[in-house]
Amino acid sequence: MAELLQLLIYGIVTGGIYALGAIGISLIFAILRFAHFAHGDLMTVGAYLALSAAAILGLPLGGAFALAALLTAGIAVLIDRLLYRRLRASGAVVLLISSFGVALILRSLVQLLWGPETQVYETAITPPWRLGELRIRPVHVAILTICLLLVSALHLFLTRSRTGKAMRAMADDPDLARVSGIATERVVVWTWLLGGGLAALAGMFLALDTRLHPLLGWNVLLPLFAAALVGGIGNVYGAIAGGLVLGVASELSTLVLPAVYKPAVAFAAIVVVLVVRPRGLLGGR
Amino acid sequence: MTLLVAHGLRGGYGGVDILQGVDLRVAPGELVVIVGPNGAGKSTAMKAIFGLVRLRAGRVVFDQREITGLPPERLVPLGLAYVPQERNVFPSLTVEENLEMGAYVRRDDIRPDMERVFALFPVLAERRRQRAGTMSGGERQMVAIGRALMTRPRLLLLDEPTAGLSPRFVDLLFERIRAINREGVAILMVEQNAKKALAMADRGVVLVGGANRFEDAGPAVLAHPDIAEMFLGGA
Amino acid sequence: MELVGLASFLVFFLTLAGIYALVTLGLNVQWGFSGQFNIGIAGFWAIGAYTAAILDTPASPFHLGGFAMPFWVGALAATLLAAAVAFLVGVICVDLRTDYLAIATIGIGEIIRLVLKNEEWLTNGVRGIAGIPRLFEALGRSGQALAFLGFVLLAILLVYALVERAARSPWGRVQRAIRDEELAVAACGRDVRRFRLESFVLGSAIMGFAGAVHAHFVGFISPEAFDPLFTTFLVWVMLVVGGSGNNRGAILGAFLVWAIWSLAQFATAYLPLAWAGRAGALRVLLVGVLLQLVLLWRPQGLLPERPPPPVVRRDA
Repeated sequence: MAELLQLLIYGIVTGGIYALGAIGISLIFAILRFAHFAHGDLMTVGAYLALSAAAILGLPLGGAFALAALLTAGIAVLIDRLLYRRLRASGAVVLLISSFGVALILRSLVQLLWGPETQVYETAITPPWRLGELRIRPVHVAILTICLLLVSALHLFLTRSRTGKAMRAMADDPDLARVSGIATERVVVWTWLLGGGLAALAGMFLALDTRLHPLLGWNVLLPLFAAALVGGIGNVYGAIAGGLVLGVASELSTLVLPAVYKPAVAFAAIVVVLVVRPRGLLGGR
Repeated sequence: MTLLVAHGLRGGYGGVDILQGVDLRVAPGELVVIVGPNGAGKSTAMKAIFGLVRLRAGRVVFDQREITGLPPERLVPLGLAYVPQERNVFPSLTVEENLEMGAYVRRDDIRPDMERVFALFPVLAERRRQRAGTMSGGERQMVAIGRALMTRPRLLLLDEPTAGLSPRFVDLLFERIRAINREGVAILMVEQNAKKALAMADRGVVLVGGANRFEDAGPAVLAHPDIAEMFLGGA
Repeated sequence: MELVGLASFLVFFLTLAGIYALVTLGLNVQWGFSGQFNIGIAGFWAIGAYTAAILDTPASPFHLGGFAMPFWVGALAATLLAAAVAFLVGVICVDLRTDYLAIATIGIGEIIRLVLKNEEWLTNGVRGIAGIPRLFEALGRSGQALAFLGFVLLAILLVYALVERAARSPWGRVQRAIRDEELAVAACGRDVRRFRLESFVLGSAIMGFAGAVHAHFVGFISPEAFDPLFTTFLVWVMLVVGGSGNNRGAILGAFLVWAIWSLAQFATAYLPLAWAGRAGALRVLLVGVLLQLVLLWRPQGLLPERPPPPVVRRDA
């Protein structure tokens, strides 16, 4: 029982991290209509930028994270302006191939600038809190708290602000958004800012929980897509729920599967959703 | 004085020209109905005016201003609004949010216009917090038209607003469309319910094979023996 | 001496490029013909390589077998097993939309990689399988290399003839029609699912065969010997550069991109020592940029797809 609860805690933390990445994938998929294969590598870039922000500028980790998230958001917009925007007329598949290439470009840049070896953030080592048989790591509490705050802020942005509503409208139906006079390119820029920033934070939290390495983000791309699909493409709340489902499911899978086969859970989730319920569990496009 | 002049429209999707030289004119405050058999290019003509179909030839002038080929986001601020036949609401947005999105181009106070839409379609006021995707086809059509009215357009393009609706809704919707028109909004409408639509139209335009075939006052089109037989299913 | 070195490098280069050309032809069957997006290429390649390795090596305590079979048995089994796995995957996945299939195939490639890495009884895990016999050993070192190159070129010719025939047959026409207008084909009463499955299986079988050839060329394989994601990516760049849908383009793209890759290898050899460890990343960056440039300025590739000549119906 304790083991199950412990895994559940790990799963929720992983799920919160997945959710941050899956939100961007889901929004980009709905608004720009393509599967963004470089999303995992945006996470990696963000995580490494935070490493340098802390090392070079001497920022505390919180400040380094904030700065790196902003920088990554800017990089995401830049990639869109340089490549994706010019390829938009060529269709979703060309964008997909291009983003696959961007994934490799970002990954090799990370290797060039930061080297291929594994690194860690410098943090004070704090012993886990004990709650009966359960062990709770302070860093997990911090990650989960920030995830909750971010998701709440996102909720306010999407339901209260004009741009946020336009983003949801465009995720619902990009053609109708255009017909309504919504400045679609502006919404696209916001989508990349949001998706890039959240991806960077997801990358940093993942690196904080584990370690930094150049494949950090690519290795979770599959669960991120799975989370977006489970939640229904274009449905932000679905992506959050999907992230939690995937996080918990892959942790619990270690009860029955060797831990090395965790990625199979994401694959199974994708197949089940696509074959059984193509619109996702919570509905979407 | 005309509000909209579309002249010699040619174009379509891919390499095929669906429009083979269509002319359309709408005067301020006028209600014009386009009828014709399937594949005549009625919807395509509307989309071409609204910048959604690439034109190979022809011009579109709105309020003395050339708008040929302008994208929708440039047309909405000029006073044009368009309601597509299908997929014309944002399903996951509430009724109120749908109306707000219609007013996206505006920066001033939109509440009076929202109240105007609610006065026109009281059922929407009751359901302002309901998601549009959960509403019936007729109610969705009201949301769609309401959304288009939020910019106070001078010309409203309606693509088959009553398609697939129950007769009760068809009559209600026609009556509302007429009310909108009486407030001074010019309307260009494609409609399958040709009899009812032509009966209330100032002018009817018959399109066949992507070209103008016939044009007259609405009821006169209805009365024309050939037209009646050809497109209105006799009877 | 220099000349001999250059000649033997050229043979080595052409052989590897040729193996890539086989894989690219396989991808062209899936993507160029019927528009199926496969990001699990390295997985099918690896299935072929491991099947041949396990069957053709002498008995070993480190992994299943080996069974010391002749090359042709291993190659045939590699082709069939890759086809069988593709069939299983295809039954579940071929109905998916292009982008969803792409996502699903990441998972397939990943799972294949994990199995090869972790099932030590089968594959010796990360330590890999060594001692895969080379072909034409009787011919001496340089004769062997030349003969192998000849064999690879012959294989390309045969596979090219096969897929070109397939592309021009009614079967190939249906494939392209499915790619361009799936609904219309379905409306004509064609079993879209079956056609898609067939091209997915055929393409994967070719990749499996190429894997067997590759295993016998390098003599040693391991899960990390080649970066699976990068292999997949390189094959994609080859097809896009050469021209999707054009079999000659696929071959041209493979040789050209492999040439660029090899030249970059020479160039990065001159990097300062501190950067030597990062030369690989620099080359990947180069190929990534190349892909973007092609997509932006020549999306149809060097040899664009040509519509096949119209069919003259004799029975009409």
